[in-house]
Amino acid sequence: MTAETSRRFNIDTVANAEATPGQALPWAELGLKENEYQRVEEILGRRPTGAELAMYSVMWSEHCSYKSSKVHLRQFGEKVTDAMKEHLLVGIGENAGVVDIGDGWAVTFKVESHNHPSFVEPYQGAATGVGGIVRDIISMGARPVAVMDPLRFGAIDHPDTARLVHGIVAGIGGYGNSLGLPNIGGEVVFDSVYQGNPLVNALAVGVLRHEDIRLANASGAGNRVVLFGARTGGDGIGGASVLASESFDSSKPSKRPAVQVGDPFAEKVLIECCLELFKASVVEGIQDLGAAGISCATSELASNGDGGMHVELTNVLLRDPSLTPGEILMSESQERMMAVVTPGNVADFEAIMDKWAVEYSWLGEVTDTGRLIIEWDGEKIVDVDPRTVAHEGPVYERPYHRPEWLDGVQANGFAAERPTDLRAAVLELMASPNMCSKDWVTDQYDRYVQGNTALAMPDDAGVVRVDEETGLGVAISTDANGRYSYLNPYEGARLALAEAYRNVATSGAEPLAVTDCLNFGSPEDPEVMWQFAETVRGLADACQELGVPVTGGNVSLYNQTGGIAIHPTPVVGVLGVFDDVARRTPSGWREDGQAVYLLGTTADELDGSEWANLRGHLGGQPPVLDLAAEKTLAAILVNCSRDGMIDGAHDLSEGGLAAGLSEMALRFGVGARIGLDELCERDGIDAFTALFSESQARAVVAVPRSEEVRFNDMCTARNFPTIRIGVVDTENQALDVQGYFNLPIDQLREAHEGTLPKYFG
Amino acid sequence: MTAAGLETPLIGGPQPVASTNGDSPLNGVTVGVVTFPGSLDDRDAVRAVRLAGGSAIHLWHGDHDLRNVDAVIIPGGFSYGDYLRAGAISRFAPLMEQITSAASGGADALPVLGICNGFQVLTEAHLLPGSMIKNNHLHFICRDQRLRVENAGTFWTSDYGQGEEIVIPLKNQDGQFVADNRTLDELEGEGRVVFRYVDGNPNGSRRDIAGISNAAGNVVGLMPHPEHAVEAGFGPDSSARGEVGVRGGTDGLGIFTSVLKKLVG
Repeated sequence: MTAETSRRFNIDTVANAEATPGQALPWAELGLKENEYQRVEEILGRRPTGAELAMYSVMWSEHCSYKSSKVHLRQFGEKVTDAMKEHLLVGIGENAGVVDIGDGWAVTFKVESHNHPSFVEPYQGAATGVGGIVRDIISMGARPVAVMDPLRFGAIDHPDTARLVHGIVAGIGGYGNSLGLPNIGGEVVFDSVYQGNPLVNALAVGVLRHEDIRLANASGAGNRVVLFGARTGGDGIGGASVLASESFDSSKPSKRPAVQVGDPFAEKVLIECCLELFKASVVEGIQDLGAAGISCATSELASNGDGGMHVELTNVLLRDPSLTPGEILMSESQERMMAVVTPGNVADFEAIMDKWAVEYSWLGEVTDTGRLIIEWDGEKIVDVDPRTVAHEGPVYERPYHRPEWLDGVQANGFAAERPTDLRAAVLELMASPNMCSKDWVTDQYDRYVQGNTALAMPDDAGVVRVDEETGLGVAISTDANGRYSYLNPYEGARLALAEAYRNVATSGAEPLAVTDCLNFGSPEDPEVMWQFAETVRGLADACQELGVPVTGGNVSLYNQTGGIAIHPTPVVGVLGVFDDVARRTPSGWREDGQAVYLLGTTADELDGSEWANLRGHLGGQPPVLDLAAEKTLAAILVNCSRDGMIDGAHDLSEGGLAAGLSEMALRFGVGARIGLDELCERDGIDAFTALFSESQARAVVAVPRSEEVRFNDMCTARNFPTIRIGVVDTENQALDVQGYFNLPIDQLREAHEGTLPKYFG
Repeated sequence: MTAAGLETPLIGGPQPVASTNGDSPLNGVTVGVVTFPGSLDDRDAVRAVRLAGGSAIHLWHGDHDLRNVDAVIIPGGFSYGDYLRAGAISRFAPLMEQITSAASGGADALPVLGICNGFQVLTEAHLLPGSMIKNNHLHFICRDQRLRVENAGTFWTSDYGQGEEIVIPLKNQDGQFVADNRTLDELEGEGRVVFRYVDGNPNGSRRDIAGISNAAGNVVGLMPHPEHAVEAGFGPDSSARGEVGVRGGTDGLGIFTSVLKKLVG
């Protein structure tokens, strides 16, 4: 770039800012509050330049700074015991946490939100959500090996829902499939509370050797700073600040330009090229560019390292030459990375870029001055202490209080008349939007690529092999139940963790670590803030009780349109480890004559259940959670897998035993004869409750005849209630609940698989 | 390190660079798997060759040398992002010129297999007729697909029985095979329809065609992915050969053993 370029703008230099203290700046339009702007002036001792204002506004946004959530999130660190740290190689605070899984292997995983962009522009919003989380994983030095996407939409029959479902699912598939990442799980939930605020969360997992861990810091004065990957364009400007950190409001102009546009091919090349950089050891520090783009990367790299950096901004390669310095700093163009390279490695770095035909530009160097200096054609436009941008943003102790309406809601338990036709009830449940087959969605995702997928949907957890020699691998499941959290946010968060933990154990893996994506309404609403505070407290407590640490995650606030907030929706992902994925347990039975056992006890717990939801009721208290029982159940399920005592297992959660039995039968198209009488008598419940209650710490397992004695002995030794409820029957293609109904598998399948094609064909 | 020294891709992560299988009588055969910048199933194809008993190496699209391989696989993926038309840019890669000329030879022409995107590349390179357009339902589709082997006489299908059915995964966005009727009649008449979809056409392909060959039978392209049905535990849930364990289907292995055995003689 030449001086000619700079003349095209009226550049607001630091000198100019000093000379014109009274000049008005558009801080409010950029999302800053008045007190925040005043703080920027205090820090700098002058008014900020336009470029500095751009940086502070995005980096101090809710999305980047966690200013409303920080005071609560501390609990995740405070409630971690030494025992929980045993497997933690990198904890909260880096791009993603890293967990030791043995044999020198480590896994990094994280779930993030891309909710607001996906509502505004579903395809690109969802696509770049996948892209962003994958770059977080690469930044840690890992090869991404799988993704999954927990999704929540409005009512299935609302006219706007099809637009979002089609765009979001195609966006996730279009991007993820092109990266060669198997999509191994996730969730699809429909509820009218998400109508104006769909939740698009994206999880990615990567694997690496211990010695390959990379961190985002810029150390070593004189080292060169390089930006590589896609060129910087005008997309995604204000994505983090004005889009992700505000509620939707129909009176404002469209925020479409604030959504980024993805190029999966560029990202795929970036993955391979970064892995080659790591292998050749030519980068000292690396940071992906996501929210807040270059503002974030320069300030975070500098403040995590030696504290200083000097950058010439005209060196940034542009897609659109008319971008102003402020826009370049704020752009959230995708598929870009920033790295720190020693002068001696520059030639090797460039050779790898050339091989993969990746564009790069040297922006400047690391300094030890403690200042982040950004120049435009030699004129200083940013002169800040990078820590004040990246880490010392505002922190709010937002007021919160328990909603007054909650007592009324909790007192209003589900008391509707219970149906007598259980066959019809099961069919209705299994065809309902939340319990129906999600094949229409997941068939648009590649679950095979990389050749290591040992389990994928509809099994309880996604399982991928990490080491081909030994079979070492990981299992992952994500779960959330917004209705439970609405009824009781503290318990709701614990229940979400318990379900994900149970799912991972049901597949046979030992649960090891947690990631979370906390989706909430506006933190400026004290009732929402209370839900958030209770959620974090509940999740941190439950993590401590189960002994699994939170390694990282994301908070998404302002999921609110007008005064209507979503249900509090903490999406919890649990990662487990397998010594050998060959012993994973699928979620269905298939061998004739195997015994079907129900582990755990069933109480009358229908408040907040899928059945109550189908009857339009939401009130009462969510199911009672007993984490000690969850732990024992998990230990039993993992041992059963290890010792070959079970051939199929499915956890019971939404939809209860009715859903569990149906899904197990549908998994391989094999029926079973089930008897409920003994169970009803033992637990003092009726058949409807037995089938539809959502009591926790339960699972159904299929036990080979030869293993029944051993299986029963183990449950007895652990004092865990178990009851034989039936037998697998390959002859009769039906789920036969004796004395109540006989449901042919074909009929069940038709109901189960017909729903999504009917609405979205 | 120089650019020249980087001609073959380094393979990071958990996957094996792969290659030889010491005990196999077939390990003298080396199959080259081409990596384009957007190739996705290249390591899977290498693994499949290894599991079939052969040796495999990676070939880089920008190279001009086939490195004396005995056969070539062009794997699945999105070679150059496929924003223009699947395979349209890849056919101009330097290595493709080598492959095209080696595959077009006479009796000892190079055996070439194109899987999914590789099939698309082969049609763009005119090694195979016809073309692939977007699936008729316009969605990406990933499912376990039943196929019938219509010609067990090619380099890549000789280990199957004529008319044998197999189940292998299918996953693509642009999988609808189209050609004019004369070409289709020619393919049918010359026995060059190698695989046909059974139990439902997943993408609107003309005459349910899933894979075809050239006249000599050394070049075969198919849309479904045999390399994802080669290892018990990581394949489809089902097999055309009867009951298998969870993800136990390995019906795709025959494609790879076919070429290895043929080359060993």
